[in-house]
Amino acid sequence: MSKVNLLKPNKENINLFLGLGVLFFTLGILDFYLNNFYEKNITGFLPGFISFFTPLIFGMIGLHFVRIEFSGIKKLDELNKNINTSNFNAALSFCIILLLIFSIPPLLNWFIFDANIAGDTKEACTGGGACWVYIKVWFNRFMYGMYPNAEQWRVNATFIIVLVLMGLGYFFPLRFKKYLTLYYVIFLPIISFLLIYYLISGGEFGLEWVETGAWGGLSLTFIVSFFSLIFCFPIGMMLALGRRSDLPVVKYSSLTFIEFWRGVPLITVLFMSAVMFPMFLPDGTYVDKLIRVIAAIVLFEAAYTAEVIRGGLQALPRGQYDAAKSLGMGYWRLHLLVILPQALKLVIPGIANTFLALVKDTPLIFVVGLLELAGMLGLAKTNPKWLGFSMEGYVFAGIIFWIICYSMSKYSYNLELKYKTDR
Amino acid sequence: MFKYLKQLTSLVAMVAVLFTFTTETMAAKKSKTLKNTQKKGFVRCGVSQGLPGFSNADAAGNWTGVDVDVCRAVAAAVLGDASKVKYTPLSAKERFTALTSGEIDILSRNTTWTLSRDADIGLTFVGVNFYDGQGFMVRKSSGITSTSQFKNGISACTNIGTTTELNMRDFFNSKGISYTPVAFEKADEVVAAYDAGRCDTYTTDKSGLAAQRTKMSNPDEHIVLPETISKEPLGPVVRQGDSVWEDIVRWSLNTMIEAEEYGITSGNADMMKTSDNPAIKRLVGAEGEMGAAFGLDNDWNYRIITQVGNYGESYKRNIADTGILPDRGPNELWTKGGILYVPPSR
Amino acid sequence: MKLKKILPQFLTLLFIVLIFGFFTMNAQENMDTRGIEFGFGFLKQEASFDIQFSLIDYDGSKSYARAYLVGLLNTLLVSAIGIILCTILGVVIGVARLSPNYLINRTASVYIEFFRNIPLLLQIFFWYFAALRALPMPEDASLLLGTSYMTIKGLYTPAPIWNNFDVFLISLIISLILIFFFNRYAKRKQEEAGIQYPKFLISLGIFLIIPALTFIFGGVDLQWSFPELKQLAKTSFTYEGGVGIPPELIALTLALTLYTATFIAENVRAGIQGIGKGQKEAAASIGLTPGQVLKLVIMPQALRIIIPPTTNQYLNLTKNSSLAAAIAYPDLVLVFAGTAMMQTGRAIEIVAITMATYLTISLSISLFMNWYNKSIAIKEK
Ligand SMILES: N[C@@H](CCC(=O)N[C@@H](CS)C(=O)NCC(=O)O)C(=O)O
Repeated sequence: MSKVNLLKPNKENINLFLGLGVLFFTLGILDFYLNNFYEKNITGFLPGFISFFTPLIFGMIGLHFVRIEFSGIKKLDELNKNINTSNFNAALSFCIILLLIFSIPPLLNWFIFDANIAGDTKEACTGGGACWVYIKVWFNRFMYGMYPNAEQWRVNATFIIVLVLMGLGYFFPLRFKKYLTLYYVIFLPIISFLLIYYLISGGEFGLEWVETGAWGGLSLTFIVSFFSLIFCFPIGMMLALGRRSDLPVVKYSSLTFIEFWRGVPLITVLFMSAVMFPMFLPDGTYVDKLIRVIAAIVLFEAAYTAEVIRGGLQALPRGQYDAAKSLGMGYWRLHLLVILPQALKLVIPGIANTFLALVKDTPLIFVVGLLELAGMLGLAKTNPKWLGFSMEGYVFAGIIFWIICYSMSKYSYNLELKYKTDR
Repeated sequence: MFKYLKQLTSLVAMVAVLFTFTTETMAAKKSKTLKNTQKKGFVRCGVSQGLPGFSNADAAGNWTGVDVDVCRAVAAAVLGDASKVKYTPLSAKERFTALTSGEIDILSRNTTWTLSRDADIGLTFVGVNFYDGQGFMVRKSSGITSTSQFKNGISACTNIGTTTELNMRDFFNSKGISYTPVAFEKADEVVAAYDAGRCDTYTTDKSGLAAQRTKMSNPDEHIVLPETISKEPLGPVVRQGDSVWEDIVRWSLNTMIEAEEYGITSGNADMMKTSDNPAIKRLVGAEGEMGAAFGLDNDWNYRIITQVGNYGESYKRNIADTGILPDRGPNELWTKGGILYVPPSR
Repeated sequence: MKLKKILPQFLTLLFIVLIFGFFTMNAQENMDTRGIEFGFGFLKQEASFDIQFSLIDYDGSKSYARAYLVGLLNTLLVSAIGIILCTILGVVIGVARLSPNYLINRTASVYIEFFRNIPLLLQIFFWYFAALRALPMPEDASLLLGTSYMTIKGLYTPAPIWNNFDVFLISLIISLILIFFFNRYAKRKQEEAGIQYPKFLISLGIFLIIPALTFIFGGVDLQWSFPELKQLAKTSFTYEGGVGIPPELIALTLALTLYTATFIAENVRAGIQGIGKGQKEAAASIGLTPGQVLKLVIMPQALRIIIPPTTNQYLNLTKNSSLAAAIAYPDLVLVFAGTAMMQTGRAIEIVAITMATYLTISLSISLFMNWYNKSIAIKEK
């Protein structure tokens, strides 16, 4: 047995060091665990602030002992390389481990073990954890707002049809591939609009009319985002072209427009459109509030889209313009056939990000009284029968939005990778 | 060249359309609001975002309350159907802008009639449907029983954009008490904040306090202090500049109150058509031409009474029976010791 | 050819004029018939409402213009705090994201993915209506760091009481100017003679020493007033003395910081990753220490990639601070485009002023950042 130097763990005494390391490490964790969950301080005999840091000290000593270079044990080497390269690193790693221990069990308890889901009144929630009964009871409202229960199939049907139509694009026979853009940019929006007009809004074909004030919940979030996306795209494109135009009037008016919308907060724009706008129309003209709000979001997001598209236009080499011009193409043919298709391909990830921002902005319409998901939460949490469950509501909405936004951002990330390799 | 000419002509056409549009509406005299309402087929009414007893929506989206009943009365009068109302829930801050901009045609949302509001900003108050005053709510456990026990450093929750904010300042200043106002945009948020302990007291119209108390986790833990620090006559409001519409709303409200005075209810209105009293007969459309001046038929007030009921019924249904304010207090008829007194329909 | 240039411009102009004309004409007519006036005279009238939290002297007897200023300063305050905190947090998380330590970089990326994918409004609501509501009432609050109390009514911390504060302030400004000139001098020396001063340490020294001297010679004096529990009624308490930071401000700052930091972290990561390995190796091979590599080679280049998108995030944060209106933090939107608008009924004027204010803030931040960007751009020699 060679000499043991405690400051320099080595391979020769690997068992000793491993044993010591594991011992100290467990001690650290144990100390922390008992401290936090059983209010028992096993190092209480030490002065206050030292005993506060004992878990960390133990843990670091433990990690120090197991930091054996070229130990020959593959797992250990890997571990050291990943989380235990130096004392500093070890301290950070250990802190994170403690944090996880500190937060995960209570979270799990709240979410699952102490939570209640059976029953349908507030009284059913007896555990100390989340009251998912609340979500269950209000689920329909969170999804459909005040839309009458008996008519909700109409909303579902509309969404399913639109989704199917959207998916259909993938199965287009090659022959029709060139109409794909047309399909997505013109056909689909029109169909969706008609569906929403006749099916969700109703009033004809024997369907009961449901006024837009009753629409709400997540379905409203979808409707608003969907239409805003569809319209902000072409407008943004025009603005981007305008901003790069050689004609000063066109250029500066686009510039002013873009900078204006990018400079003001959405909340004031929504207030304008929802409450003040009729002042600027002839007396007695009536435009539905939902439409006005969507229009405001469209203009707002179009300015952002324009900047993204402009980035793509700028990235195109000049040669593209010159080549197309030498073929005698006019402004519109040049842009529509040559420039835009290439530029758009470059900016798809950027557009996806703008759309992501748009979805995250939709809860703001709650400020002007349209009750989408966040708004319905506000309504539900002040219902006298269901007071005191705001946490559950926000967690639920948070999860839903998170799933939507996360999958979108992953999708846009994948697109980015794909187009990067294409180039 | 030709291409642009085409663009130009279409643009000119568009402009022409816009102009004819505006000139057409400019030419329309009389009550534009009435005309537009009849064309649309519903009355656009601004209400609160949920104040039990005054304007509150149930889980199915049906609105009830005394403020709502004013809108329903107008709908019954001008459209023949009390249910033809489109409600726009508004926060205190939005309400006047929504009305003056033309987003709504009646604002019936526990709104206090004050000089500056009536005279300064393009509004016209048509009457009072609830006499109220501002008060304070505190937690029972605090032991406070009167505003004289308030101390420096007290924090008070309330709504932004209300008379409450102004009265509160006058009150605390006159008492020389320093206070922290915590003002939210939505009433529900005020209640939630007060309920959670963010503020020591919650101040607004006493009717509002009584109504909001029902929304708290433990209504019995809170009391409304006896002092009233202001006059808050609440009533419906219309835009300035359409006096016919103003009259319609005013007399719809008056009809409800006068109907109670004469004992006409939704149940007995039919019988009253043959009453001996001409004042009663006028109220149910059986005598005189009471609707002509508004451009309405003769049964307009009869419809209000049968479809909505008189003021007493409305109060009982919405405020008394729901336990918010069982006692009518000043909102009793003048004949019964209250101050409800409206001009005669004749 | 000429026509081809003029006609589209003419049409655009016509279109804009018509739209604006249409709107103003309607507004004018509507305002006429409804008896609404247009004008900014109301700004001089007495506001007669109080504001919860103000950086300048204000009460209801002041004018609406003053109330506007209070709201504006509150907006700037929350934006400034948010920008500082989210920059710090963003840089830390961004660097952590690149750490070879598996645990650290996972944690950082979980943080990023989590907070950036939930709408900000929900996060604000969460912090204000759910998280901060779990705080204790004033009487149950325990001492924090020996001086402060965190309660449902806010964070109560000691308040500084200054004597001769102006002297102190002047000394601060002087030291800042000195630092500026010193840095220029040091830079010139480095470029001309290759001498490197410990710039940061000397700057820090100046910044600490000069103001400290005023305490000894300038008659400046600083004392602290500590918050003390005060009973308002049987069960209701508050703190007196010290500063009370309202929970609305805390919730808003927290949400804005946590949300915006995710974007800044991503920018920082992209910035550092954008610099080739070769650069680091080359720098190391000419004998620079790792610290010097970071300071002299990596950071200057990374900053160039990081700053433009980060500017956008600062702008977003400032605009997002208007969500304060959803909780009761008295920012510009709540005070001016809220209470003041309602009390005066001047919706058009007030919304116009509010929008113009935000536009000005946005444009100034982006102008400043453009200038800064230029000043650190590669100067081709
Ligand atoms: N009467 C006062 C106050 C009206 C007011 O807004 N009261 C609040 C508190 S009771 C309210 O009704 N809120 C209901 C809501 O915002 O939905 C006024 O006209 O300014």
